[in-house]
Amino acid sequence: MPPTDTTPEAPTPEEAPKTPLSKTPLPETAPSKTPLPHGDTPGIRFEKVVKRFGGNVVLRELDFTVAPGERVTLIGPSGSGKTTILRLLMTLEKVDDGVIWIGDRSLSHMERGGRRVPANEKHLHEMRKQVGMVFQQFNLFPNMNVLRNLTEGPVHVLGVSRDEAVERARGLLDMVGLADKIDAHPSQLSGGQQQRVAIARALAMQPKVLLLDEVTSALDPELVVGVQDLLRDIARQSDLTLLCVTHEMHFARDISDRVLMFDQGQIVEEGPPEQIFGDPAEQRTRDFLQAVLAT
Amino acid sequence: MSDVLDSFPLLLRGSWITLQLTVYSAVLALALSLLFGVLGTTRGLAPRAVSRFYVEFFRGAPALVLMFWFFYSLPLIGLRFTPMFAAVLALGLNYGAYGAEVVRGSINAVPKAQYEAAVALNLTPAQRMRRVLLPQAVALMLPPFGNLLIELMKATAVVSLVTIADLMFRAQQLRAATGETAAVFATILVMYFVIAQLLQLLVRYLERRTDRMLGRRPRKGQPELRTVAAGAPGVGGVG
Repeated sequence: MPPTDTTPEAPTPEEAPKTPLSKTPLPETAPSKTPLPHGDTPGIRFEKVVKRFGGNVVLRELDFTVAPGERVTLIGPSGSGKTTILRLLMTLEKVDDGVIWIGDRSLSHMERGGRRVPANEKHLHEMRKQVGMVFQQFNLFPNMNVLRNLTEGPVHVLGVSRDEAVERARGLLDMVGLADKIDAHPSQLSGGQQQRVAIARALAMQPKVLLLDEVTSALDPELVVGVQDLLRDIARQSDLTLLCVTHEMHFARDISDRVLMFDQGQIVEEGPPEQIFGDPAEQRTRDFLQAVLAT
Repeated sequence: MSDVLDSFPLLLRGSWITLQLTVYSAVLALALSLLFGVLGTTRGLAPRAVSRFYVEFFRGAPALVLMFWFFYSLPLIGLRFTPMFAAVLALGLNYGAYGAEVVRGSINAVPKAQYEAAVALNLTPAQRMRRVLLPQAVALMLPPFGNLLIELMKATAVVSLVTIADLMFRAQQLRAATGETAAVFATILVMYFVIAQLLQLLVRYLERRTDRMLGRRPRKGQPELRTVAAGAPGVGGVG
């Protein structure tokens, strides 16, 4: 993975088509039999992004770039805007100002008549194809069994045949260790199992960018490790661009190439995990880590 | 009393008409409820305005007045309906307006996290509604729909005023013929009650099926469910 200082700059709108943010997977990181997505992976760029909720400014002209295939963890106190970044990328929120780029295309805006206008549903649908998200509360569909949770998107959105979708679902359930739960109902599963299914469901859509929003926060302590191990494996075996919000600092250290420390909607400090957790430069980061690690 | 019992087949014929009226009106009301209820949850101003107009107009209009209007007024401009059609139309439009509010409220009550998960899977707005939100909203709709269905059945008792020979109509015929006011009305009270119970059984059956679909009660031959509900409301927002 490229360290921060060699991170390729995401394109500006003018040069965007000439320098697409994409990466070809390294052969040795692509075991042929995993059901994990491989292929051109886009980078992400936030350009002076502003997000407000009412009078509360959550992101203040935020600029940052994530390289293709890079694994970035966002840490910081509650309300610092970490989750909002993931929700903006999943199009669950709209930016108030600035532009978000995924690869060489703007997520939040589209061109119409030579002008940049806010994205419509069709544009969002196109852009969402690259992004998947795993939620803190799993959010499996309770009106479907495990298999249908995993096949619904591939069949109805990607247009995959039902047989192929079932095959893919079996492979993913096998990978997350829940092959025997294929016909189970979500309510019959433990929190950890539900979260594994939710991870498999996100991967079934073959995203290029995976967003993990405090995915172990709602789990009983003894279930956390299993889910984290699974995510470590996924990170290792795929070339997904990964954005992860977590309060589990050990997990953040293991999984990320780079850690961004947020406070009040801005990046306080960034660097490789060894630096952020070992020798943070900013007092704010030190205070935060001390508070988190003390609990 | 024996006169009333002798004429029981007449009352049965009347209750058959009552049941038919109930079923036809309920089917129409259900279709209108779903259509205008779903429209009421969309973002577009125009569909929501149409839904609002329908609900406010037909909820505010008494079913009997609508029925008279369809049966006695429209023929004046050349539109002639059979009594049954006029009654079904009036009851369906009236109860569809109540039902639309139930549908709208139930869809809005599905946890927002479910909508967000559907967006994250890139389902289109129509797919989100049909595959995720509506199936879950049905569980919330059924109890109030049960109430409305029984209300609707009872409201059919006014259709004799547009010459339909329903249970109430037959009862009045019988009362006029026998003079047994108390016995006749007591009998049809029981008959209305029995019809209401049949409808309630149907709704209960649908509630059980929906609960099984949503994993709220075990399927046959499956172990007990955990109390943890899948898709519990998420903690969205800033963080």
